[in-house]
Order: sequence, then structure tokens, then C-alpha cells
Amino acid sequence: MTLFDGPVSFLQVSAYVGFGGVTIAICAAFVRVVVGPSMPDRVLALDLIGLLSVSLIGLYAIASGESLFLDAAIALALISFLGTVAFSRFIEWRGEEPDA
Amino acid sequence: MNSLILRSATQLLLTILLLFSFFLMLRGHDLPGGGFIGGLVAAAAVALYAIAFGYRAAQAMLRISPRALVGWGLLAAVASGFLALLQGQAFLTGQWWIVELGGGAELKLSSPLLFDIGVYLVVVGTILTMLFALEER
Repeated sequence: MTLFDGPVSFLQVSAYVGFGGVTIAICAAFVRVVVGPSMPDRVLALDLIGLLSVSLIGLYAIASGESLFLDAAIALALISFLGTVAFSRFIEWRGEEPDA
Repeated sequence: MNSLILRSATQLLLTILLLFSFFLMLRGHDLPGGGFIGGLVAAAAVALYAIAFGYRAAQAMLRISPRALVGWGLLAAVASGFLALLQGQAFLTGQWWIVELGGGAELKLSSPLLFDIGVYLVVVGTILTMLFALEER
């Protein structure tokens, strides 16, 4: 698949610029997951990766013109929220430990 | 977990998640979706409720044991296969009933739909059985 088929529209360029930005953001959030001094930092970074994945799917839906991908984005947005809640519950249950 | 924000949000999200799970299940016949993913979303909805209000409240909301859900789901899935046998066709052949609703609209009921509902119930029941077993420890 070539990057642009036919005349290049502004929307396509915006979508591809967005892909680059979101990918960089996911890499930065991943660094925070690995480095993150404390557990809450890692949980927040994972939540951020979930949100960025939702935006990546949304961008892909725009770039490919398939509205079906938006349903995947809805599902991921609803479920990644649950993951964050479960992690925060785990932190609460484990008690106040600075690092582990 | 005693959080007012989570409780208020859960009451809204539970409805959205369950509605979305039904939507996924019903759409699954020829578009992405289906009983399995719909069941997972519904199980996630109940899991969220269990985290916010405690697993006993979630069990009380379900009104039926998750294991019973597995049984009913398997019964529905197997029964959908026998419907074809009654028509003299091979086991699990799709059967369609088209109900005229008037005004040109028609409701297409099918044995694959019954099978999908069975899968949905089995998935919800299995995930919730595991979840409640973990919570009881």
C-alpha cells in the first residue's frame, strides 16, 4: 500500500501527522511505564496508553474511511477505564508502599 | 472501594456497557461483533459494578448464579442446533423465521442468533464465576 493513493487531501495529511504524534506519545508513555518511580505513575501511564490507542483507532477510522473501527474505539475506551479502576483498587488493597 | 465518583460513574457506565454489549451481540451476524465479545463487555460491566459496590451487591443485582448462566447458555446453544434436526437438515444448519412487522419492515429471527445468545450467556457466566471466586478469597 502506498502512503497516498491519488490526490492528497488535507484530511489525509492531518491523519498521518496525527499518527506520528500519537505514536511518539505512546512511546513516551511507555518510557514512563518502564521508568516510573512509583506504582501510581505506571498505572496512569498505562491509562494514557489506553487513551492514546483509542485516538489511534479513531485516526485510523478517519484515514481509512471505515466507520466500523469507531466501535472498536468505543469498546477499548470503556474497557481500558475498567483496567485503571482495577489497578487503583489493587494499589489501595496493597497499602501505602512507596515502590515495588 | 468506597469512592463516590466511581459509584456515580458506574451507575451511568453500567447501562452504556450493557447496551453496547447487546448491540455487539446482535450486530455480530455479518459485521464485527458477536456473542463472545458482547459477553466479555457485559462481564466487564458487572465487574465494574462489583468493584464499585462490592461483589455481594453485584451478585444481588444478577439475581441468578453465574454458573446457572453457563448452563442456560449451553442449553440455548445446543437447542439452536437441534432446531435444524427437527426440520430434517444437518445439525446446526441455520434456520430463519422472517416476521413481517408491517410497513415493509421485517424482523429476521434465526437459529444463529439463538446460538449467539447461548455463547453470550456462557461467556458472561464463565468470566463472572472466575471473578467472584477470586473476590471471595
